[in-house]
Amino acid sequence: MVFINGLKCRECGRDYPAEALNVCEFCFGPLEVAYDYSTIREAISRDQISNGPLSIWRYKHLLPASGENPVDITTGMTPLMKAGNLGKELGLNNLYIKNDSVNPTFSFKDRVVSVACTKAIEFGYEVLSCASTGNLAASVAAHAARAGIKSVVFIPADLEKGKVINASIYGPTIMAIDGNYDDVNRLCSEIADNYPWAFVNVNMRPYYAEGSKTLGYEVAEQLDWQLPDHVVVPAASGAMFTKIWKGFNELACLGLLDGIEGMSFGDDQNSAHHPSVTTKMHMAQAFGCSPIVSAWVNNQQRVIPVKPSTIAKSLAIGNPADGIYALKVIKESNGSATATPESSIAEGIALLARTEGIFTETAGGVSIAVLKALAESGAIKPDERTVVYITGNGLKTQEVVESYVNTVPITATMDSFESAYSQLQS
Amino acid sequence: MFSKRYIFTFPPHMITQSVIYKLGKDFDLETNIRRADIREDMGWVILELIGTEEEIIKGIDWVTSTGVRVDSINGDLVQG
Repeated sequence: MVFINGLKCRECGRDYPAEALNVCEFCFGPLEVAYDYSTIREAISRDQISNGPLSIWRYKHLLPASGENPVDITTGMTPLMKAGNLGKELGLNNLYIKNDSVNPTFSFKDRVVSVACTKAIEFGYEVLSCASTGNLAASVAAHAARAGIKSVVFIPADLEKGKVINASIYGPTIMAIDGNYDDVNRLCSEIADNYPWAFVNVNMRPYYAEGSKTLGYEVAEQLDWQLPDHVVVPAASGAMFTKIWKGFNELACLGLLDGIEGMSFGDDQNSAHHPSVTTKMHMAQAFGCSPIVSAWVNNQQRVIPVKPSTIAKSLAIGNPADGIYALKVIKESNGSATATPESSIAEGIALLARTEGIFTETAGGVSIAVLKALAESGAIKPDERTVVYITGNGLKTQEVVESYVNTVPITATMDSFESAYSQLQS
Repeated sequence: MFSKRYIFTFPPHMITQSVIYKLGKDFDLETNIRRADIREDMGWVILELIGTEEEIIKGIDWVTSTGVRVDSINGDLVQG
């Protein structure tokens, strides 16, 4: 069973049926899923969630695709671990890491793609598609393989070989486009318009984006149905940022959080804010691609697109579709937005690895660098409960931390070893 | 006939220029504005262009050459 009424335009509020649509035909605003919360309220409970599968599909009532037979490669229920060592280094006594780098294809993208692929199968599509520079490509290919359908993935021709291999192993058709960033976007937009495929972040986008809400649900459940005081979230399109906030507010409005009375979602359910949800949402972007942060800092009403120039490729979206909604979430939550210098990204990766034994990719480095800045500035107080989201695995972007390789050459003798080792100790 | 949807983002020095009028007139395109916000420091317009594919491509190239940024209404599709 799917608990949705259809789709609704975020700008003009027009209603649409639950079909493969993403843009309002009247105002060209983005479409969002409209839920049947009154039925969900009757059906959902903490016990029902706790007894569900150890995946994002334990929250099936709050996802826009049928949870009875989902395309699931066991995504979600990733660890939320207390980060004592990193916390000590940053002066934070109550710091947690949501480690989403351990998903099946090693990034949070499995959450959104699992929902999009399940919905695509419901709609009868036979091809799953996307344009990607890495994480999304692998996840789309993996889910299509699991579902037994074809996948067609578009990548820039100059993508690093390791990332191409990560996607190739699942057997997709991979089209390597020779062109600059704008060319690749333009062609993919054209293909999405002209082929009857489920393009996860185009015609499946309203459903796809909802998968990120599970990052909010899981943190709340793992904190015994309480919310953190702060979260630090990396942002590209801004969709994940807004959906974590939506997830927190859905749980609150449904009365699933500890000590919080449920309430109505109101007329505009996508903007519902329960007053007891006081988590501050902190956005992290890399300086070389920080259009949302720029808009926040300069108090702009609109996000001005930029050409990405960052080593954090998984965050390199110059024209973020959800930027304006992310700005609203920052304001509503009394949060912040910070662009970290490119030079601090590798330092952030290394700091997390050295203190907590977690190797993250560049997006995680951005999150840690921004967390550090927030702690140093006093924006996060030492005892406040803080969750930092680590959304991808470090093996995907090893090239940015090559400078941390520091081997000690020795010959195959005990003398050589002991001499070298004693020098290191002195 | 083709139909394409775009966001035009105007930098401050282009806000007072009649870019959309010229686009329609010089390239034989029908311009259909759906949403817009023009301020002193920047402006944006979401619109649909209807015409031949060739004229749309030429028109968009010209708009871009004036310094107005042109993007798809879907945002960037290439994701990490």
